[in-house]
Amino acid sequence: MSDTTATGTAHPTARPGGMDGFVADWASDQRAFKGVPWGKAMMWIFLLSDTFIFSCFLLSYMTVRMSTTVDWPNPSEVFALSFGGEPIPLILIAIMTFILITSSGTMALAVNFGYRKNRKVTAILLVITAIFGATFVGMQAFEWSKLIADGVRPWGNPMGAPQFGATFFMITGFHGFHVSVGVLFLLIVARKVLKGEYDRGDKGYFTSRPGNYEHVESMGLYWHFVDLVWVFIFAFFYLW
Amino acid sequence: MTDGHTQATHGDAHVEGQQHPLGVYFKIWIWLFVLSAGSYAVDYFHVESYLRWTLILIFMMAKAGLIVAVFMHMVWERLALIYAILAPPVFVLVFVALMTSESGYTFLTRTIFFSGAS
Repeated sequence: MSDTTATGTAHPTARPGGMDGFVADWASDQRAFKGVPWGKAMMWIFLLSDTFIFSCFLLSYMTVRMSTTVDWPNPSEVFALSFGGEPIPLILIAIMTFILITSSGTMALAVNFGYRKNRKVTAILLVITAIFGATFVGMQAFEWSKLIADGVRPWGNPMGAPQFGATFFMITGFHGFHVSVGVLFLLIVARKVLKGEYDRGDKGYFTSRPGNYEHVESMGLYWHFVDLVWVFIFAFFYLW
Repeated sequence: MTDGHTQATHGDAHVEGQQHPLGVYFKIWIWLFVLSAGSYAVDYFHVESYLRWTLILIFMMAKAGLIVAVFMHMVWERLALIYAILAPPVFVLVFVALMTSESGYTFLTRTIFFSGAS
């Protein structure tokens, strides 16, 4: 019973692992997520709810695409881009995918250097991540303007099924909003890291609890989730 | 699976955190690039029909798995958290099955209606 308090990591090896650990952790009145800071557990639960929101968007997209009697526009052609010569299919989307993956990598490194308490490198990596994120949103804005110029509207488009515009703007818009919010918070966390607020344990904006480098990891979870959602959007909306 | 969890640093004992060698991240990073290039190649080389859908799903699940497992540190967490987070989304598949059947029905009624049959 020594390991039931809020700091359940005093003897991390004393508890059983695997399936026995799963049963034991959930079995009685105690902290279920051993070794996970509360903020990180809450971030995971938020991401779980966000998973359902994006699932519903992609499901409604699947439903309208399967039930329409009009041909669905070919995304490979709709999102093709020409650099003076033959149009290259989906090239902008491919570049956006690579940018987001790159930003995920720098974010993972930022979390790592955060726990090493290397303030300067962590802040630089967070800012680089934010710049990649902003680039992604910028390219998405370009893509939106191009499609709007081509006559795509939420209620119809010249290429085929009218539901194309509705689902496109809804899904990519919601994802782009997530990226934008992420960029904002990346910059806030970078500033906090740089000023040493996590080393001193300064209080956050909305809480009286002291801040620490776990915030960088929770930020990382959010950012990787945004990348994760893009993996599904890329597969189902752009490639299918 | 279990013991990747370490006290984050020298000193500050109440900070809990995930600390792993940098090499792991670089390896996964490269794999994500390779898999993305793979899924783009599916479109670029106009792979069609069932092969296309299979490849898209394989690349998608591989990428998603790597991101969740390593970048989001899920392989190093305890099962209590893993199940709490990863089991619920599986039920989305039930929703997928429901809506597949529903949209098939909608498609059928639309086809009948637009063909002018009464």
